[in-house]
Amino acid sequence: MITVLLIFFPLLAALLLLLVNSERAKNIALLAAIVEFGISVFAITQFQHTANVQFEANIPWISSLGINFHVGMDGISLLLVLLTTFLVPIIILTSFNTEHKNPTSFYTLILAMQMALIGVFVSLDGFLFYVFWELALIPIYFICLMWGGENRAKITFKFFVYTLAGSLLMLLGLIFLYQHTAGPHTFDIDELYLAGKSLNASEQGFVFLAMFMAFAIKMPIFPFHTWQPDTYTTAPTQGTMLLSGIMLKMGTYGLIRWLLPVVPLGLQQWGHLAILLSVIGIVYASCIAIVQKDFKRLIAYSSIAHVGLISAGILAANVQGVQGAMIQMLSHGVNVVGLFFIVDIIQQRTQTREIAALGGIRNVNPQFAVLFLIVLLGSVALPLTNGFIGEFLLLNGVYQYSAGFAAFAGLSVILGAVYMLRSYQSIMLGETNAITTGFAPLSGSEKAVLVILCAAIIAFGVYPKPLLDIAEPSVIKLVEGVQTALGK
Amino acid sequence: MKALILLSSLGVIALLAEIFSFKKLMYPIVLLGLIGTFILNLSDWDTNQTYYNMMRYDNYAVAFSSVIIGIAFLWFLMSESFFKAADSMSDHYALILFALVGAVIMVSFVNMTMLFLGIEILSISMYVLAGSNKHDISSNESAFKYLIMGSFATGFLLFGVALIYGATGSFDLSEIKIFILSHQGNVAPIFYAGVLLMLVGMAFKVSAAPFHFWAPDVYQGAPTVITAFMATIVKTAAFAAFLRLFSNAFSNVSDSYAGIIAVMAAITLLVGNISAVLQTSTKRMLAYSSIAHAGYMLLALVAANSYSNSAILFYTAAYSIGSIGTFCILNLVANAKGNDTVEAFNGLGKTNPLLAFVMTLALLSLAGIPPTAGFFAKYYIFTAAFYSGYTGLVIIAVIASLIGVYYYFRLIIAMYFKDSTDEVPVDQNNHQLLLILVAVAIIALGLFPDFIIRLL
Repeated sequence: MITVLLIFFPLLAALLLLLVNSERAKNIALLAAIVEFGISVFAITQFQHTANVQFEANIPWISSLGINFHVGMDGISLLLVLLTTFLVPIIILTSFNTEHKNPTSFYTLILAMQMALIGVFVSLDGFLFYVFWELALIPIYFICLMWGGENRAKITFKFFVYTLAGSLLMLLGLIFLYQHTAGPHTFDIDELYLAGKSLNASEQGFVFLAMFMAFAIKMPIFPFHTWQPDTYTTAPTQGTMLLSGIMLKMGTYGLIRWLLPVVPLGLQQWGHLAILLSVIGIVYASCIAIVQKDFKRLIAYSSIAHVGLISAGILAANVQGVQGAMIQMLSHGVNVVGLFFIVDIIQQRTQTREIAALGGIRNVNPQFAVLFLIVLLGSVALPLTNGFIGEFLLLNGVYQYSAGFAAFAGLSVILGAVYMLRSYQSIMLGETNAITTGFAPLSGSEKAVLVILCAAIIAFGVYPKPLLDIAEPSVIKLVEGVQTALGK
Repeated sequence: MKALILLSSLGVIALLAEIFSFKKLMYPIVLLGLIGTFILNLSDWDTNQTYYNMMRYDNYAVAFSSVIIGIAFLWFLMSESFFKAADSMSDHYALILFALVGAVIMVSFVNMTMLFLGIEILSISMYVLAGSNKHDISSNESAFKYLIMGSFATGFLLFGVALIYGATGSFDLSEIKIFILSHQGNVAPIFYAGVLLMLVGMAFKVSAAPFHFWAPDVYQGAPTVITAFMATIVKTAAFAAFLRLFSNAFSNVSDSYAGIIAVMAAITLLVGNISAVLQTSTKRMLAYSSIAHAGYMLLALVAANSYSNSAILFYTAAYSIGSIGTFCILNLVANAKGNDTVEAFNGLGKTNPLLAFVMTLALLSLAGIPPTAGFFAKYYIFTAAFYSGYTGLVIIAVIASLIGVYYYFRLIIAMYFKDSTDEVPVDQNNHQLLLILVAVAIIALGLFPDFIIRLL
């Protein structure tokens, strides 16, 4: 029941927002998002630390085709739901200093997006998963199209077509699995798992490729990433946050829930290539990030590098890798939202994002410098910040798979430190120049966002156990399932 | 049958309206009449009545008649001004109503003579209506082209009927089927020639490539409301007839034509979608998009399995509702701005939020994005084709849908991203009800498709 509430509460709030259509749209949206966060926290308190799916609801939907509104959460889903409900109010709060035209539509779309994202993370029916997966695309498309920056029509369209192409392939994969379910065909996740395992190796290979494409584009993994830097750069700040903070996790979550357990033999065949691509992406994106002049674009590339490591960890299909991926998904969500907000703060005050044009902001606004530094350290995975545990486990997982890959993937840590620290140095330290000299102090809402994010970064870095424990049983069960199917 | 009688009587009443001068009352009479027809039609559900071995009101016929009558109701809501403007409006009412009679016959025939009669009743009305903009040269061109090309197609169809009659000695669908079953392996070759000729005739009527060349010109030249009628009701009836004919009479020789339809489907999908990309006129673009949609529906036809009937039923319903919405809005915008280019839609999101919203929803549905009706329609068709092993065809259809997104989104981008040169809102009065009905139907069919696909 609580899962259904989590899905539909944002939708109700969105509709209400449309009806009220008031000047105070942002406050109503924020309130709704906080209530939603409250619901998810309540769910956590009720959660039993087992691998079982909990808070399940199974309502017949298109019963003649075996499609049900089947939702529920295990630890993996719950953590991602928590991430979503935690980030959405923060994303709404980040917009408090920006006057968006037509605010009602803006916040309606954000809440609609939240509904679709949560739907993706809790669906236990293939068809339902697909519907939510696509549904998430529509609000973000309009957010980017209507409030984005220069040249947005073309760029957002490229993004839309790219991801739609991936999803359609996934749909083909799902239909293929559906037709191999025993008895009356159904989209129920357990039946799809069985159907996937009953396929022969080459069929599993095809399904793997079809579904992997969808997830690879969404994350994105090299070489399917070409839509990402442009889209992240042009989208309005809140759009970028939704894309990188949460929507990207749809792809990694897809790998965990809808790929590894479904076609383990496909993983055996193509997993090596998939990890290779992920690792290439890490190094490639890091190198490009180093030479970026635009800070927002730099973070976009750094996001490709981070997600490459997450995907490599998942595809390594061992407990450390997948558990690390879970943690890193949360950390990356928090960190990247923080970084994009910092870009937004800088841009609003200086009208530029060019790293070289900035400098010496620390002299003007030391408070901002400290908060920025904490977010940045989380992002470069310094011990005692949230980034560290995830990255450590991920590298450990990849190492168990192949030491060579781990060595390359480890470069991401070094390269990440290079481009992040260098840009920090160039933006915050040094001489204050004409552009940065009037750098205004942080407003209340800005301070609130950064402080909450920094607190999360440190708290999670120092004591990650409560969150780790939520996902652990599910992760172990999942990995064991895959390992058994592979005969290890 | 009761529905058919009421519909015909409405047509006769429309003709009398001129003489007894109650023209002004015709509009409400027709709307009420259609509601009555719809209810009478539903009362035939599960009765499976056969009339003189000519027509059978089985559930297939009732379901498709309901779609046709329901869409006709929406169509009348969008076309009030078309009737008001015309100086011979009672003729128009009569022609449209008789066209509907033809459409209902086309979905309920069990004898090929009735199929022919239905097609002719429908087509002749449409030839006249396409030219109903008497003083517009392109409307005349449209009517003329449609007549010439349509007559050719009818000729093919009739040839086919004759050859099949020659080979099997019957016009009756079930007798033809029995004949094939009892003469397996030694059916005269002219029978296959006949099937092929009928295939060509039907492909023309549903505007499947390579028999689609008439469609863009005819659609563009005809008055927009008539184009909407052709793209929705005519297409629905033609597909229902196509499927009824081939799945009932010829299903045992499907090997001989399945390959042809599969190739036709592939060509139709690609030609329709790629040509649509190149158009600057929205109306012409929608004409090509309508060709493309015929391609998707052909997938269900070629699949020829237990999903086919309901897949085509759902697809025609979803597609028709989306098309009525887009054509209605196109008509309003084109009348207000004086042209139907994509630029005419610029800034509609600001000036007319409701229009832009419904248009977006309709376009998303035509493009097949969840949670709209169009998505489920496509999904269901893909499943049907997959089930019969046409994986390659489904992949082509997926690529085609991606191309489709391009031209549908061009309109969405124009509405929300570009600014209009003048900030004058388009007059949308009298159409609010239709627009809201369309929006609700698109979402409702998309979220709860079960009640339709269970029907057949």
